[in-house]
Amino acid sequence: MNIHEYQAKEIFRSHGMPVPPGEIATSPEAAAALAEEYGGRVVVKAQVHAGGRGKAGGVKLAAGPEEAAEAARAILGMQIKGLTVHKVLVTPAAEIASEAYVGIVMDRASQRPVFMVSAEGGIDIEEVARENPEAIHRQPIDPRYGLLNHQASRLAFHLYDDIGVVRQASDVLQRLWHAYEDSGATLAEVNPLVVTPDGDVVAIDAKMNIDDNELFRQPDIAAMRDEEAEASSERRAREAGLSYIKLDGNVGCCVNGAGLAMATMDLVKYYGGEPANFLDIGGSSNPDKVVAALSIIGEDPHVRSILFNIFGGITRCDDVANGIVEATDRLELDLPITIRLTGTNEEEGVAILEEHGFQAMIDMDEAVQRAVGAVS
Amino acid sequence: MSVFIDGETRVAVQGITGRDGSFHARQMIEYGTNVVAGVTPGKGGQRFDDAVPVFDTVEQAVEETGAEASVIFVPARFAADAVFEAADSGVGLVVCITEGLPVRDMMRVMPYLEERGVRLIGPNCPGLIVPGQAKIGILPGQIVREGAVGIVSRSGTLTYEVIHQLTTRGVGQSTCVGIGGDPIIGTDFVDCLRAFEEDGDTEAVVLIGEIGGTDEQVAARWATENLSKPLVGFIAGQTAPPGRRMGHAGAIISGSEGTAAEKMRTFEDLGIAVARRPSEIGEIVAGWMEEA
Repeated sequence: MNIHEYQAKEIFRSHGMPVPPGEIATSPEAAAALAEEYGGRVVVKAQVHAGGRGKAGGVKLAAGPEEAAEAARAILGMQIKGLTVHKVLVTPAAEIASEAYVGIVMDRASQRPVFMVSAEGGIDIEEVARENPEAIHRQPIDPRYGLLNHQASRLAFHLYDDIGVVRQASDVLQRLWHAYEDSGATLAEVNPLVVTPDGDVVAIDAKMNIDDNELFRQPDIAAMRDEEAEASSERRAREAGLSYIKLDGNVGCCVNGAGLAMATMDLVKYYGGEPANFLDIGGSSNPDKVVAALSIIGEDPHVRSILFNIFGGITRCDDVANGIVEATDRLELDLPITIRLTGTNEEEGVAILEEHGFQAMIDMDEAVQRAVGAVS
Repeated sequence: MSVFIDGETRVAVQGITGRDGSFHARQMIEYGTNVVAGVTPGKGGQRFDDAVPVFDTVEQAVEETGAEASVIFVPARFAADAVFEAADSGVGLVVCITEGLPVRDMMRVMPYLEERGVRLIGPNCPGLIVPGQAKIGILPGQIVREGAVGIVSRSGTLTYEVIHQLTTRGVGQSTCVGIGGDPIIGTDFVDCLRAFEEDGDTEAVVLIGEIGGTDEQVAARWATENLSKPLVGFIAGQTAPPGRRMGHAGAIISGSEGTAAEKMRTFEDLGIAVARRPSEIGEIVAGWMEEA
């Protein structure tokens, strides 16, 4: 799960990291009031689940309340990578002597968290990794012991010369580690970590991703989910226990199993169509799930054709066929439906569908071609 | 011969009295798996279906029945501890079917297993099946057929689809292993390729990968150096958008890493066959088996 910068900063603050004050505004007036409160220069920052906010014009410096209102007016409602900005963070502008990058990512290959630091802060770390990889210093972490003190200072010495700054930065890295670990994060980064002209180390940005599988034991973080940032169809699917991702095509896909769902989308594309979504109805043949799936797909105005691809393993084809019949009875859908069913109890499933006027297919390639052809 | 298990392997089922555990324990027994014990804390002394003894701990199950492998069907919040318990009890193989284990738990589990020399398959996987002999997990027994093709996959139903296509073409399988769709898993592609290379019953190998991570590329490079048997790959998720998790916790393109295109290109560059459609896997492998 993605959380916003201001939410990551709350977590950082609760772990004692030096984070400047800041509050959320959803209107230009509120942004102006915050700027008034802080006095002096502020930064107005789009809160949206997308990188590259600065480049997209989603981060603006304001000299006072009027400019803050103007900045908020420009940023609120703007689109960044297809996502609409609904709120901005208003925070006092920091004096910057130097900028660094510090972050922790879960590294799949080594099955460990890895710390990364770079003196080239304030720019996209992927870009640094591509163009100047030796500027990034890494420290793999043994999850049983956490970040050891000498490892924290080693990283800090890569960034700074002044021992006072090194000590502050080591402390920040330790606290960042605990914020990462205690939250069940898969990513925690500060970009940039700033040293002020007075020699104070401050985290002026914050980014965290939380492992979805952690949310059951992190109720405070689970409550940070921004439902406004989710497509409403995706929210409904999540609430119905379906795994659904909206795409831009017009062939709606309803599949059991994530791997088969991806392979089905790929096959739609292979035969010249465009998938409208990823949807895994799971192993269950519960008619309510089929109803929820069909209504979500059916409400996507771009969908011109619906394709079911069901492989009956433990799930029985006759159960799924009954679910489809019930779902299409309960919903009024004026779209062509192509159904492919194969595996356990395939004959019974096909018979049920044919009784109700559906043509059931057993070959995946043929079914996908028909669903793609039904678009026109 | 077969890979990791055979018809004799003595299996304990952790969570045998639960909904999924009991259903799949019956399916495993019906298929011929040597299920010797069940484990549910507080239900020790009972018998599952009047036959399989149930124990409070895995340790007791191993002591009393000589279980060599365990399969885990307990809920996600208890699953990591169930793996630790299995490892402490002395079984050599743990198959974790449960989906939804936190990554943080898996990062602690893995070094613990490595220190004890215990193999984990999964989590979030369908398990494995040796056609005609045994299955540990949830792969449907009726779609497989005895034969010489080894299958390793990160997926569930997509694997069944591929197995089904092979079986309907008359091509049987030696062992099928579902390694799971999580970002951190126990047994990986390379472990399975190595086992298939050593397995006298396996003549060709199918690798079914998907977006996310770089395990497919690592496996492809390993195979060019070490695998003497023909290999065909398939990668799901060519149309997946970056940054979105496609059902499986591990199926996500992060930044520019883990795309299907990049994985397929690695296979092609190394001269390894890559199928464009699932049905093409069947065509390619059936062709090899006819030639052989």
